[in-house]
Amino acid sequence: MDLSFVIFVEVLYGVASLVLISAGLAVVFGMMKVINLAHGEFMMMGGYATITAVGYGVNVFVAMLIIAPLVVGLIGLVVERLVIRHLYGRLIDTMLATWGLSLVFIGLATMIFGNTTTGISTPIPGFAFGGYQVNGYNFFIIIVSILLVITMYAILRGTRAGLIARGTMQHSDMASALGYSSDRIYMMTFFCGSALSGLAGAVLAPLVGLVPTSGGAYIAKAFITVIAGGPSLIAGLVSSATSFGLVSQFFTFTISPVIGEVALLIAAVILLRTMPKGITGRFFKGKL
Amino acid sequence: MSLNRRELIGGAAALSTAAMLPQAAMAADTIQLGSILDTSGIFDAYGKPMDQAMRLAVKEINDAGGLLGRQVKVAAYDTQSDMALYSQYAQQLTRQDQVDVVHGGILSASREAIRQTMRKTKTLYFYNVQYEGGVCDRNIFVTGVTPAQQVEVLVPYAMKKSGPKVHILAADYNYGQITARWIQKFVEENGGEVVATDFFPLDVADFGSTITKIQQTSPDLVFAPLVGGAHLSFFRQWSAAGMKDKIPLASTTMGVGNEHKVLTPEEGNGIMVAYNYSQELGTPANIAFKAKWQAEYGDTTAIHELAVSTYQGIMLWAEGVRKAGSIERDAVVDALETGVSIEGPAGKVTIDPQTHHATVDVHIMEFESQGMTVIETLPQRAPIDTQAVCNLQANPDDNTQYEIEI
Repeated sequence: MDLSFVIFVEVLYGVASLVLISAGLAVVFGMMKVINLAHGEFMMMGGYATITAVGYGVNVFVAMLIIAPLVVGLIGLVVERLVIRHLYGRLIDTMLATWGLSLVFIGLATMIFGNTTTGISTPIPGFAFGGYQVNGYNFFIIIVSILLVITMYAILRGTRAGLIARGTMQHSDMASALGYSSDRIYMMTFFCGSALSGLAGAVLAPLVGLVPTSGGAYIAKAFITVIAGGPSLIAGLVSSATSFGLVSQFFTFTISPVIGEVALLIAAVILLRTMPKGITGRFFKGKL
Repeated sequence: MSLNRRELIGGAAALSTAAMLPQAAMAADTIQLGSILDTSGIFDAYGKPMDQAMRLAVKEINDAGGLLGRQVKVAAYDTQSDMALYSQYAQQLTRQDQVDVVHGGILSASREAIRQTMRKTKTLYFYNVQYEGGVCDRNIFVTGVTPAQQVEVLVPYAMKKSGPKVHILAADYNYGQITARWIQKFVEENGGEVVATDFFPLDVADFGSTITKIQQTSPDLVFAPLVGGAHLSFFRQWSAAGMKDKIPLASTTMGVGNEHKVLTPEEGNGIMVAYNYSQELGTPANIAFKAKWQAEYGDTTAIHELAVSTYQGIMLWAEGVRKAGSIERDAVVDALETGVSIEGPAGKVTIDPQTHHATVDVHIMEFESQGMTVIETLPQRAPIDTQAVCNLQANPDDNTQYEIEI
């Protein structure tokens, strides 16, 4: 009983961290069709923003949930104005440009923070459940992901800004014909996407040792999750994160963490072979 | 004036020979020491202090009048944490600079990338890094500790403090695989049992499920030869789950690159390790070494195991040269094979003639407030893992890295 609860928490945590890692990319790639290869580096910068802020004596939760998303969002804004906005609709070119950006960010982070591993300790203590110790921070990540999904849904579905953003992504000429500046809307959406990546990097920072090249560890998982999710933003994100989280945690527990990672990749190959348009290309059609 | 191809090539050859002349003449006055290290890129936390230690050692030798009355000159190349550059710079060091000795290489991959070039060009090579053991080659000297030297002393100590059931978590490449086998061997020899062994690729950073699994096997001790920044997450998540005070940890890698200064005291305190060097060693040799480092670089926090190995490696080579009275490779090798030893910052270091590895003092230590407190010193441990497979006295032509079978 205790064990099944602990495993249940671990599976939830696996799903939640996939949602968190992929949310920013889902906005930037899923909505805006910008292949952001610097997504991992946005996360890395979120981590560094948190650690730096905590170093200056800021409360760790303020640093993670407010400062890091803002900082990374602003960096995203600058990047969008200088580079990305010239490349909308040019898929391959954005790929090349953002890959270059990722190298620049790694270089800058190395210059500023050095190449040694840094980190902060987790702000929430572990606790005992039956005969097992559970990492209390896992619950925090699960809660943040759930709130994140709910907020994204509420904004996109319930607010006028969300409606305009979705409309612009679908038909930017129509949106501009109706008097909305698509340029500005793209800018704001990119800001939100970057901020989400920064948030993910910040929330995961206490669990890892951070180096400037840390971003590389996330990028593949994020792309797999978003692409397998398919055209619907939130339904796709949640459904694919759940499938992959379940598969990888199942194999991690029954065999080993390495097989868990392998299983995730194999599941992605099978999924994309049977559903080339992603999960939401077949199920949950027309959902947000 | 018309110039045909043959004349042009002849002229160019003559010119370039002339250009090289002064260089060759200069080389005779000084002894050339080649250094090849990653002082930038992802391994620079290892490489930079090693480079500083190398320069400190050379400066010391030169200030004392040099070797055989000649000054030692350094030719150093930064391989930028890129394995491809190792073979390129090795060619440059051996063929163009024609150095008398090469010190360097950090990862095992980098050592294997240049070892054969050194052997072919008959350039004496020193590899001054803790590694998985088993290299058997008369042209190379290895001054770092090998797994058996650490594990042999660490396992009984850690088991005595905790209990007989051990769970091993190791990095998934040759170092981790081989070290895990050594841990298993010594655990069994000490009457214990390995309840499980897990291997992790170097980029795994999420150990949540592993921590749950460890609780299922409920060992008395976790042995973790994990490597690199991503694996550092394990120690952090272990402490976050509140496991740190329940099951003790021991490691053969944690702290080699000063990782214990990254963990907070709450995360790190109590982790058991065994190395050749600790900054906290109170010996006069270490205090003097740190004072010299302080005078040269201003800050001693960067000194680590590999830097001290590099320093000791260069001092051993210098001792060999003095003893041989020559910088000729074979003469120096013969001199070193007589069992040359020096007093380094980490204690006495002696060349083992049979394997060209080093017999060193090993210290059992525990992390305490981001330092390594020495608990027990075990003097003069021989590299028994490599000795089991390698005998250069009987087989001087051997040129293999043995995988140790247990």
